[in-house]
Amino acid sequence: MEHYSMNLTLKVWKQKNKNDKGGFETYQVKGISSEMSFLEMFDVLNEQLIAEGKEPIAFDHDCREGICGMCSMYINGRAHGPWHQTTTCQLHMREYKDGDTIVVEPWRANAFPVIKDLVVDRQSFDRIIQAGGYISVNTGNAVDANALPIEKQKADESFAAAACIGCGACVAACPNASAMLFVSAKVSHLALLPQGDPERKTRATNMIQQMDKEGFGNCTNIGACEAECPKGISLENIARLNREYIGSVFSGSGTGNL
Amino acid sequence: MNWKQAFTSSIGKKLVMSLTGIFLITFLIVHCYINAQIFWMDGGVKFTEAGHFMATNPVIRFVEIGLFVLLFLHIIQGLMLWSQNKSKRNTRYAVSAGNHTSKWYSRSMGLLGTLILLFLCMHLYHFWIPNRYQQTFGSGEIDLFGKMQAVFSNPAVVVVYVLGCIALGYHLVHGFYSAFQTLGLGTHRYKKMIRNIGIAFSIIVPLIFALMPIGFMANLIH
Repeated sequence: MEHYSMNLTLKVWKQKNKNDKGGFETYQVKGISSEMSFLEMFDVLNEQLIAEGKEPIAFDHDCREGICGMCSMYINGRAHGPWHQTTTCQLHMREYKDGDTIVVEPWRANAFPVIKDLVVDRQSFDRIIQAGGYISVNTGNAVDANALPIEKQKADESFAAAACIGCGACVAACPNASAMLFVSAKVSHLALLPQGDPERKTRATNMIQQMDKEGFGNCTNIGACEAECPKGISLENIARLNREYIGSVFSGSGTGNL
Repeated sequence: MNWKQAFTSSIGKKLVMSLTGIFLITFLIVHCYINAQIFWMDGGVKFTEAGHFMATNPVIRFVEIGLFVLLFLHIIQGLMLWSQNKSKRNTRYAVSAGNHTSKWYSRSMGLLGTLILLFLCMHLYHFWIPNRYQQTFGSGEIDLFGKMQAVFSNPAVVVVYVLGCIALGYHLVHGFYSAFQTLGLGTHRYKKMIRNIGIAFSIIVPLIFALMPIGFMANLIH
């Protein structure tokens, strides 16, 4: 593909802190290369702002290779931008033409309050994991990794669910701000393996209770989460979470730590 | 998790929607089958027979009470889900994904349900209420076939009925699939089957219903 450079208008959400009302600010960037990633374009803009003595835009990023789950921009109405199964850092400027206007917003959900500009607080995800996304492991010598036979199909499905990077795009994309795809991925990758068995009857119920407590919405099977997930987490995981939930409600002991 | 928590959590509420929804789907099958008896073109003889059975059989009458209870539960729970879900994002997006990531009818279940409810009020006023009223306080069941002929002679009513059937169809396209997904059946093995059966159901049943007012108005049913 031919390399080209472009000038863009950016409308970016600026918000001082959690309590500030916030609003859009318009920026002009010039000479952006089509080879740049979306975040590199933001780096250029921030360098420009610093040179002008203005405050740079705060945004989350870390690995910049699509595996850490930190970047989180809602670009022109799409979580992680318009590309299929990519994170914001993997979106490249060849998507855009000279003169385009791009609107960039933070993830919006009451359970993800804005910390500053495009940075949101996703600790609610950590608390959901703490509520049940773990397994019991005995101390002592490490067990031989291959001692436990696992069906290939299940190992693959578990691995696919474990690909979830916890970025929160599912919540951002969901019209109900529901975290079901995230929770379903975390429940699934443990429910499919024998290692996840000891806590199986309480995991789904505990994690769902925490999810509700954090202020996420109720899943109504719309499917926007699956469409926007950078890791291709399937709605089949939500079906599995529902089965795990039904299983623990109807056949669990009913005592648990609830 | 106790039973109350089990049915009031986010998945619990969806289970209520799913189970009541599946009951309403089975009701639609029965309703459609009974009413389709008008298509025998026998002046409503078979239809009146079937209607008489439905109006007088004690088991059916008992299930009818259950139908109203579950319908009410479906409506209340649906409205609660709608209002709760609306409250989870106080600052709205300036630009929305629109139809890029989801279908409009999946996002509009509350609106479609409300339209169906409004339609249902009119529908009960046309047939169910006068029938049960006369059955209880008067001289037995009314002539439903004649009543249908009378009601569907008004083109405006026919248009509203057809619109009601369209709203029902779109509500079902999402609702049918969603009900089974909530029960955990949306697995690799079943999801395509559920989708396809759901789409077929959502077209066939509302279409048969819509053909009734249209047929009467066009004088094709006699």
